[in-house]
Amino acid sequence: MTAPVTSGDRYAVADAPQRRWRDIALRWEVILLALLALTIIVNTIASPYFLDVFNLADATFNFSEKAIIALAMALLILVREIDLSVAAIVALAAMGVGYAAEAGFGPPVLFAVAIGIGLLCGIFNGVLVSYLNLPSIVVTIGTMSLFRGLTQVILGDQAKTKFPSDFLDLGQSYFIKMKETGLSWLFLPPVPLSFLIFLGLAVLFGLVLHRTAVGRRLFAAGSNPVAARFSGIPVARLRFILFAVSGILSGLAAALLVARLGSVRSNIGIGWELDIVTMVILGGVSIAGGVGSILGVFLAVLVLGLLTFGMSLNNIPGQVVSVYIGALLIAVIAIPRIIERIRTRSTR
Amino acid sequence: MKALLRNRELVLALILVIGIAAIGAYQPAFLAWGNIRDMLTETSVLFMMALAQMVVILTRGIDLSVAANLALSGMMAALVSQYYPDVPLILMIATGIVTGLLLGMLNGALIAYLGIPPIVMTLGTLAIFRGMIIIIARGDQVNASEMGVAFQAFPKQVWLGLTSPVWIAIAVALLFWIFLGFTRAGRGLYAVGGNPVAARYCGIDQRRQDLLAYSISGAVSGLCGYLWVARYGVAYSEIASGYELTVIAACVIGGVSIGGGIGTVAGTLLGALFLGIVMTALPVMQISPFWQMAISGAVILAAVVINARAERRPDKLILPEARRLRRVTP
Repeated sequence: MTAPVTSGDRYAVADAPQRRWRDIALRWEVILLALLALTIIVNTIASPYFLDVFNLADATFNFSEKAIIALAMALLILVREIDLSVAAIVALAAMGVGYAAEAGFGPPVLFAVAIGIGLLCGIFNGVLVSYLNLPSIVVTIGTMSLFRGLTQVILGDQAKTKFPSDFLDLGQSYFIKMKETGLSWLFLPPVPLSFLIFLGLAVLFGLVLHRTAVGRRLFAAGSNPVAARFSGIPVARLRFILFAVSGILSGLAAALLVARLGSVRSNIGIGWELDIVTMVILGGVSIAGGVGSILGVFLAVLVLGLLTFGMSLNNIPGQVVSVYIGALLIAVIAIPRIIERIRTRSTR
Repeated sequence: MKALLRNRELVLALILVIGIAAIGAYQPAFLAWGNIRDMLTETSVLFMMALAQMVVILTRGIDLSVAANLALSGMMAALVSQYYPDVPLILMIATGIVTGLLLGMLNGALIAYLGIPPIVMTLGTLAIFRGMIIIIARGDQVNASEMGVAFQAFPKQVWLGLTSPVWIAIAVALLFWIFLGFTRAGRGLYAVGGNPVAARYCGIDQRRQDLLAYSISGAVSGLCGYLWVARYGVAYSEIASGYELTVIAACVIGGVSIGGGIGTVAGTLLGALFLGIVMTALPVMQISPFWQMAISGAVILAAVVINARAERRPDKLILPEARRLRRVTP
């Protein structure tokens, strides 16, 4: 029911409806928070080793690199695009790191090489999608084959395993060590570099998306690209930049992954794209565009990471874990729709 | 002449013939009947899977779970062969098809009736199906020695010069051609993909069409699951890993529009044949098999660029329009 048109105003703009308790309780982030609490409680009961600061810090190694890429993927899905080539970019960038390390370069150059290769790949995707106006799902399936194919051609069946020790230290040790800080009275948990970078980037992405004009433009471009374009928002350029960002973060993740693993093969990071898309969708970013939050993605990363870690503590094989994750993904999307359907039927 | 060149299938067929001739000139062994027969056998699963994927993409959907479905259905057929060796072969094949059909219907039902986005649903079931293989096989694999003799012999049978999987692929292709071209339900798939609103006004039930598309995709995946497992003589959780993307690639090369409503049986078959030739020609031409992935990637990109000229996305019009307006009004 719209407000009655008064004599003076041509159009009356109704106020936004009052926020009700139910709206807040059914917010995606609140559901995810409950899910996170449930995950922690169940895992703590199931295994005495779960709620241990050192174990939890170790667990972050397994998802931080993917989570870094998920931040860029969230923005891409928000504007109705997708980048399925991220894992292949990781492979190509990791290979670059392998060759650069063999040539005797130190950590700063290795990170620069990875990020540079990632950026070039991202620009390639961006040009095809934004300026040739091609559907991103098909383009990135193609570049996924191309990038990983190039890795296979160059690397063949060999592995690169020679890396400087200070580079490996970055990926394999904790960034904050309790002894070295000398602040033993202050409780500082051990945090791996990759998780620290993820936290920093999550804050940065959250601020940009939710507190700046650029963020509002992304929401506009996602919910209605045509209207956004007519409002003067450079939709194509925004998309291009997001693909470049996705490439940069994939390159960064590749450097961190290589530093952690200490070896590069052509199958490195294979299948990651689907894990990353799962993180983003579980985080409440709508595949139809225009809906989503970085907080949601952050919480989904923690839910998935801790669920996987807890199950591995209980000796559940990785592919069985993926059954639960797949079911969780479908359930969190399906259940609100079922509730909605029952509710609309009962009011009729 | 121009009209002929605009026919995408004809252009693709022409490229293929030139390519085959070039490879044959370089390495005559490639054109030997035995090699061609092997290539067709090797590609037969891709032919069928690409046609099934096309049906889904026609409705503006996508089915990422096909390869996982193939692996799970294949495992079910292999388990029947292992534990009930006396069951007739036709029932073992039926096990694969029915398993695939049920899995496809699960996708279709939730996508059609709950409105879950296809990419989300099939991404979820991709993970679930793969994991289910570990669970039902108790983490083990089924080897050639544990499968029945007839079970494994069937895909190697040769009828009239072609192996049985090729004949099955031909039959499936004919069925798809009749179904998509001459039946109400088949035309309905094009209608809901081409213009959902208009289709609704014509009285076509979008949800039933969606359910139908994913069921077809599932059933074909199940059939291919049996063929795959029986041909390679092993069933485990990782078979056909990542194959869903090869299948989608075949569709894209064949001119199927990811935006829905555009795609033909002939085009899709040619797209699959293209990938099949790339895969079999490389070893013949003594090029490292590591090139295969890079080449198919480059071909996919080329195909998308070429196909896009025929079907422009509407928001592309904004910029040229705006430019022209700026020129008219100073």
